Amino acid sequence: MKKISTRMVVAAMLLFAMILPRSLSAQTDIDALMMAKNAFCIGPMYSYSSWKNYWEGTLKRDNENLGTVSTKMVAIMGNYGISKKLNALFSVPYVKTKASAGTLQGMDGIQDLSLFLKWRPLQKEMGKGKLSVFGIAGVSIPLSDYTPDYLPLSIGLHSKTALGRLMVDYKLDMGLFATASATYLLRDNIDIDRESYYTTEMHNTHEVKMPDAANYNFRAGFRNRRWIAEAVVNIWNTLGGFDITRNNMPFPSNNMDATMVGANFKYVIPPLPQLQLVAGGNTTVAGRNVGQARTVYGSIFYILDFSRKSKSTNPNPNAE
Amino acid sequence: MLSDMKKIVFYSVIVLVTAVIVIIACNKDIEGRTDNIPALAPSNLDLNAGAWKPVLLTSPSEFAVAAPGATASPDYIAQINEIKAWQADMTKEEERIVKYWSAGGVLRWNEIMRELVAKHNLPPYQNEDGTYPAPSATNPLAYPLFPFANPPYAARAYAYVAAAQYDALIAAWYYKKLYNRAAPYKVDSSLKVLIPQSDLPSYPSEDAVLAGAAAEMMKLLFPGDQDFIQQKAEEQKRARIIAGANVRSDIEAGEALGKAVAQKFAARARGDRAGVAGGNPALWKQLEDDCIARGETPWVSLETPKRPPMLPLFGKVKPFLFDSLTVIALRPGPPPSTSSKEMKEECDEVYHQTSRATRENIRIIHFWSDGANTYTPTGHWMSIAAEDFIRKNFSEVRWARNIALLAMAEMDAAIVCWDTKFYYFNPRPSQMDPNIKSLTGVPNFPSYISGHSTFSGAASQILGHIIPERAAAYDAMAEEAAKSRFVGGLHYNKSDCGVGLVVGRNVGNYAVQRAKTDGAE
Repeated sequence: MKKISTRMVVAAMLLFAMILPRSLSAQTDIDALMMAKNAFCIGPMYSYSSWKNYWEGTLKRDNENLGTVSTKMVAIMGNYGISKKLNALFSVPYVKTKASAGTLQGMDGIQDLSLFLKWRPLQKEMGKGKLSVFGIAGVSIPLSDYTPDYLPLSIGLHSKTALGRLMVDYKLDMGLFATASATYLLRDNIDIDRESYYTTEMHNTHEVKMPDAANYNFRAGFRNRRWIAEAVVNIWNTLGGFDITRNNMPFPSNNMDATMVGANFKYVIPPLPQLQLVAGGNTTVAGRNVGQARTVYGSIFYILDFSRKSKSTNPNPNAE
Repeated sequence: MLSDMKKIVFYSVIVLVTAVIVIIACNKDIEGRTDNIPALAPSNLDLNAGAWKPVLLTSPSEFAVAAPGATASPDYIAQINEIKAWQADMTKEEERIVKYWSAGGVLRWNEIMRELVAKHNLPPYQNEDGTYPAPSATNPLAYPLFPFANPPYAARAYAYVAAAQYDALIAAWYYKKLYNRAAPYKVDSSLKVLIPQSDLPSYPSEDAVLAGAAAEMMKLLFPGDQDFIQQKAEEQKRARIIAGANVRSDIEAGEALGKAVAQKFAARARGDRAGVAGGNPALWKQLEDDCIARGETPWVSLETPKRPPMLPLFGKVKPFLFDSLTVIALRPGPPPSTSSKEMKEECDEVYHQTSRATRENIRIIHFWSDGANTYTPTGHWMSIAAEDFIRKNFSEVRWARNIALLAMAEMDAAIVCWDTKFYYFNPRPSQMDPNIKSLTGVPNFPSYISGHSTFSGAASQILGHIIPERAAAYDAMAEEAAKSRFVGGLHYNKSDCGVGLVVGRNVGNYAVQRAKTDGAE
């Protein structure tokens, strides 16, 4: 009964009277977790990323006129279970950048809205575990007219994007799992404030052709209803674009590549199963035309349940 | 209600995904503003341009051009057959170069110049010991590449190429009128003609004159890009033959004339003192000491490691529109003392602007920033001018004259501005108050007076004379360009930008005076 009263307090705080926690897992467009039907998971995320060294083309260097470039991000993220096989996700970040040295001013603002549909058409028992296949479609749209043409201090690239992702997950009943995904990202041309720009040749237009990108993500670790601990390798590969020329500033259509390794942890607090704590970090181990960034992040998610039935039936059903 | 909400979420996401994919997939290719402009069809051929006032030539016939062979000769007929052979077997690439060059040779060479300036407008990376290497004209392909096409270097480069092309076309027009050889399509009506026909005599070829003058002049200015430049020159000459506009002898005579005129300009360039404008450590120290002796805070490089000032002796370069004494006469009085209340107020004003920049101000700052890896403020004004000139249907020789007037005004503006900057050696706002953060890179030279404002004042003045109906628009652009440097945190509003505009307009007036008396109006 204590459990219910706590739940009610939180629910009241959120101005929802009839909501109940249900699914224990959620959340990103690139993991194998699905929200249960009618469950809605939402929460803030904070991340801090910084780099001192960067790759100018393939040459690794620092820049005393930038010092350390940092990016702080606060995002609202959410995941809604349309069904247990189909989830919709969104995120809206606010981003603030800063250079610790030199004269250049940082920027801040609301960046891009991301929306995803995550579909699990196939899930079957296999050996001592379960194999799942996912198809994910996503779009992102800039929510403000921030400028992309101020790298490395612009808050984003201001491109409308659309992605398709194929993901396979295998999880042993005892909890060990591995997930792999491949993504193709279409990126729309962007507009900059200038009337011309030089890449490897002159362009007398304010429009910039953005190369598409591919992303490969591998994660493996342990997960159950209370814990997740996973190691992640992420490979970002821009399909085209050009290298930063010697001692030049970066440009949105650079050929940006990065390989990152990191870890994520998630913990569900026993007396408050509707609350989830997530923390993680990663570091860039190889790159081209990007900063050698280290990133840490944390978030708290709260799960709301829009299913009326759940109140009288199983209070703690289908995670995943 | 719940299922309605689900449907709304589901379908709106589907619609959005589809819409974004369609927009992205359909929208990739971009087109430059002048990629597909029509062929130049001048409203006035300016047949008397041989009598216009040249910049350096003592007379339009200073360089002799031999009389052409008769159009009835077997040699000429062979040349007509060369055109027919090209036309019988045209590739897509040949069609492309005909279309590209038919838009106008002065326009295209100006664009090529802008491209080379942008490519070369990158400050060298430092040495291990914190000093900076200087590009070497004798070893242009070694890092740092020669040249570092910074704003003064670029202004001078545009001016030499434009002025050489202008003088060379005056000579070409003189000989066109003198020899009056008809275009090949007038001689042989069976030729295909891929460009607008005109009554302009075709000997010597104005396109070959432009190619010859540009290629010869640019050997000096961009010695590491000879392959690229030569390829463009060959393309332009071939385009005219393929188009049926010129026979080979028109081309050869034109190219030789263009080169000869350019050599005269190259000789001037070698002696105009730009080669020593970089100064040396003793001079850099002296500029600082002199400023301290006057009781002022001297300019200090805001880069790490500290970079020597950009071309401190560029103010001594020989101008085109007036003499070196006039440079000094055009130099404005001093800025407020670095220790004065007035300077403090100007500084505070910059801080307040930059600490709460609006999106519109950021747009203005970036639109006009014309910093590293761009064609510089002069190139920006060239671009503005060129796109207006396209609509005016000027003849090639009038195009050349107008671009030369603008380019010479810009070079001389750079000279007067640099003379002022290094005479006063005044610090940037971010040096006076380190809390001031800029919204584009801080240039590595003294503050007073703003280069952008000086360039823009000069450009708007001469362009307003050339196209009077746009004078108010050019003024507004110049004001905005000047403002961009203040709200971007690079300059004081009243002293740097305000005075810069005035000085720029004064320089521009010399170009206007020349325009009124050069015989073209």
